[in-house]
Amino acid sequence: MLPVWLVAVASFIYLGTLFAVASFGDRRADAGRSVIGNPVVYTLSLAVYCSAWTYYGSVGVAATTGLAFLPIYLGPTLAALLFPFLLLKVLRITKTYGITSIADFLAARYGKSGLVGGLVTVVAAVGGIPYISLQLKAVAASVTVVMGDATPFAPAFSLGADTALTVTLVLAIFAIFFGARHVDVTETHQGMVLAIAFESVVKLLAFVVAGSFITYGIFDGFGDIAGRAMADERVRELFTMSGTGLSYIDWFLLTMLSGMMMLVLPRQFQVAVLENVDENHLRTASWLFPAYLLVINVFVMPVALAGLLLDGGEEGVNAADLLILRLPMDAGQEILALVTYLGGLSAATAMVIVATVALSTMVSNDLVLPVLLRRGGRHRGSHGDAGERPALTGLILNIRRATILVLLMAGYLFFKHVSGGLGLASTGLIAFAAVAQFAPAIIAAIYWRDANRTGAVLGISGGFLIWLYTLICPMLARAGAIDDGFLVEGLFGVGMLRPEALFALEGLNPVSHALVWSLSLNLLLLVTASLLGRQDNIERVQALMFVEVESSHETARLWHGQARVGDLCDLMIRFIGPGGVNRVLDIDGQRRGRRLGARDTADAEFVLLVERQLARVIGSSSARVMVASVVDGEGIGPDQVMEILDETSQVIEYSQRLEQKSKALEAATAELREANARLTELDGLKDEFIATVSHELRTPLTSIRSFSEILLDTPELPEEERSAFLAIVVRESERLTRLINDVLDLSKIEAGRMDWQMAEIDLREVIDEALDAASALFTEGGIAVETRLRLSRASIVGDRDRLVQLIVNLLANAVKFVPGENGRVCVELFDHANGWYEVRVDDNGPGVPRDFRRAIFEKFRQASEGPKERPKGTGLGLTISRHIVEAFGGRIWVETSDLGGASFRFTLRHMPAAGHSGETEPRAAE
Amino acid sequence: MGKRVLVVDDEPNIVTSLEFLMKKAGFEVEVARDGAEALEALGRTPPDLMLLDVMMPEFDGYEVCARIREDPAWAGTKIVMLTARGREGERERGLDLGADAYVTKPFSTRELVQQVKEMLGVG
Repeated sequence: MLPVWLVAVASFIYLGTLFAVASFGDRRADAGRSVIGNPVVYTLSLAVYCSAWTYYGSVGVAATTGLAFLPIYLGPTLAALLFPFLLLKVLRITKTYGITSIADFLAARYGKSGLVGGLVTVVAAVGGIPYISLQLKAVAASVTVVMGDATPFAPAFSLGADTALTVTLVLAIFAIFFGARHVDVTETHQGMVLAIAFESVVKLLAFVVAGSFITYGIFDGFGDIAGRAMADERVRELFTMSGTGLSYIDWFLLTMLSGMMMLVLPRQFQVAVLENVDENHLRTASWLFPAYLLVINVFVMPVALAGLLLDGGEEGVNAADLLILRLPMDAGQEILALVTYLGGLSAATAMVIVATVALSTMVSNDLVLPVLLRRGGRHRGSHGDAGERPALTGLILNIRRATILVLLMAGYLFFKHVSGGLGLASTGLIAFAAVAQFAPAIIAAIYWRDANRTGAVLGISGGFLIWLYTLICPMLARAGAIDDGFLVEGLFGVGMLRPEALFALEGLNPVSHALVWSLSLNLLLLVTASLLGRQDNIERVQALMFVEVESSHETARLWHGQARVGDLCDLMIRFIGPGGVNRVLDIDGQRRGRRLGARDTADAEFVLLVERQLARVIGSSSARVMVASVVDGEGIGPDQVMEILDETSQVIEYSQRLEQKSKALEAATAELREANARLTELDGLKDEFIATVSHELRTPLTSIRSFSEILLDTPELPEEERSAFLAIVVRESERLTRLINDVLDLSKIEAGRMDWQMAEIDLREVIDEALDAASALFTEGGIAVETRLRLSRASIVGDRDRLVQLIVNLLANAVKFVPGENGRVCVELFDHANGWYEVRVDDNGPGVPRDFRRAIFEKFRQASEGPKERPKGTGLGLTISRHIVEAFGGRIWVETSDLGGASFRFTLRHMPAAGHSGETEPRAAE
Repeated sequence: MGKRVLVVDDEPNIVTSLEFLMKKAGFEVEVARDGAEALEALGRTPPDLMLLDVMMPEFDGYEVCARIREDPAWAGTKIVMLTARGREGERERGLDLGADAYVTKPFSTRELVQQVKEMLGVG
């Protein structure tokens, strides 16, 4: 008999140790030296499966129905073989898509459905209540036993309400402090996992130590116990199949049910999937976990038999449940009993911690928050959110704390008022049957693409209702909470609807019975609805991503939150501008047949499209974070994102401006360089021009000076020679004058300072005048001149004197090149109907080679590059002619004449009049 | 035996005046109207001195000068280059190519005649 204070102190020291272990794990994780990155720790954390049910309840089952405790461990052992396959796939899906709970998993798979998430949460929580209740009951009973009450559960409700309530409240407070320390559920709870692994070691050691004491201390080993048991007629029965009270179907069903629990039990999902840090750990766990189960079960049968033999073969299940603790107590081994008690406490606390973490996360994330957020409006806007965030964190924590308290109180009430008479194992199986309803939906989730939301919702709901009807309602009825008439007569008096023999199915264990009907209906609804119904877009995408998770690693991350199109557009507009956003909406609209509005909810395809668009701008991981912030509302708040965005877009804008400026600078530099090159070139041209002009001036000057000096120095020169020399002096002086005039004209024209005397003139008269002026040249050279002026009058606007100069230049040019004999020059005037006159001056000289036809109009070109025979002239005549024609809007060029020589042609516009304006100049074939 | 002078220029009036001046100074004068004619005349009878205009079409004075100086057979021919181009560097270029003197147009007839006489060691 242990004093209360000792039990209390030992309990609190143990719980304190758990905190120490957990915070050690957390610190190591923060320091980046995780202690859970180890397959053994992972496997031990999986052993959270072995709760007070295993620790106390297995012996109770063994003492009453022999081997009937075995299916609960056979199932997980067999299921462990599937770890590297089935569990691995679930694991990958979870990691890839950031799943936070089993409810989240199913909700995400079935179209990010809040309905699925909520339903799963409700079923898990309701199903969790019996499970938690059995832990409370076991701990409370164990406390009573170590404090000296030999028969804690006989009669059923003799357990002091104070003890049970105290245990419940202590565990609730413990779980609240332990489990709901952090609000963040996306990270693994490394401290918790370490503490759970530690507890698995404690409970295993405690059980093995107590079992060894009973087997070898009280009895003389396994052989002794077995021998004595076989000698006892009533006990011997327990070794047989019939002694279990289970049919083969029961064995099969219970084994299968327990196997499923590895995946669907929320706390197993938590440790096996969510807390996993390395998928390779699954391989170790697939053999080490069954080994753990084997070891913890080795002493179950001996302890049960020992209890039966010592107590005379009659044990109620409630008394038998505590044999592992009671036998050492009865043997006076109080310290051993305290250790055994602590082992039981560890088994119960481990279950409560993980179950409450898993369930409270589900309740806050999948049940309460979605409702609150929907009611509060998702679009909290971009104001005041920074202030709301701490409040939201507090809210989430409070929801989780409240959930833990409610679950534990419900568990307390459940065993106190409903399941008090039921053994620990039977209570646990009821919980199993509830969460087993997730199994079809989960298996379909990862292997069957066509499984749809309707099927999942109907299946789980249907199965859950059957579970309530066939397992919970009878318990409530027997507890007197509801009228029990339907137990015997069936619902509405229909015999077929008796809850414990539905459709006349009898002879099965109650849990097996419930399981057959609930899972059958569940499967039927899931399959039928999935085959008949259709998936919407999100579901189709999600289904594909879950089923094909192995091959879709590179596809975008799954979005299981919801977002409004408007929010996403606000986000995009900062990066790709309004035009880009419109384009995205158009693309999306074409695909879905209608354009989304700002108030529509964005589906996965749209979110993916947005993410891809953003990824092009800011890279895929940033795009993911940005979209996540709008879609999930997790991680960073919209306010912060908008801040980041504003900063980013300012930076982008700034760098764009810089880029523009540097481009402008580059352009300016290029222009300057070009201008400089042009100036250099112009400078060179000017030098060249001056050198050429200098040459052209010096040449006549040379002759003038030479002959002047000769005349001066040679007074005896004969008269005819003197005259000839003087004539040269005169001609060269004239040449000099012409040159100076031409240079002056040209520089005036080029500088734009030529004073054009614009007037209406008749081109015919101009030509006649030019021919008159040049007549001396023709006569002198014996050149035949021909004129073809078909028009009586050709009115243009221009400077008469300059036009005469132009034509004289052309005529003089022709005279220079015609042969010395039979020289011919022809002047023609045409009226093109398109508003242009054309004048041609043809000759029968050598013509202008094609290559020179353009160059010939440039300054002094005849001097340096012209034909071999050096022409007489300033070399500026054609240049000036070109300037004159261009000044009046015309064009001058040279072709081959009909006479075989050059044909200089120029065009001038008709005098502006109605019908003649706006015409373009004719293009001459060249 | 009088000295022989070859006048090369494409400007007929200048040729006329130079021919007159050189004959008056007592030299035998031959005339060429361009570079090609000059080389031809040179091939017939190498003169003692050439008055060579720089700016001529096709074959200019520099090229003629360079050709003459390539051939040692004509090493005895003195070259006086005449140019109407006023640019700096022309004079250096001419002297580099082997011209013996460089005269800018317009020139003083007396000085030119005096220079030619000196170069030919006459009077």
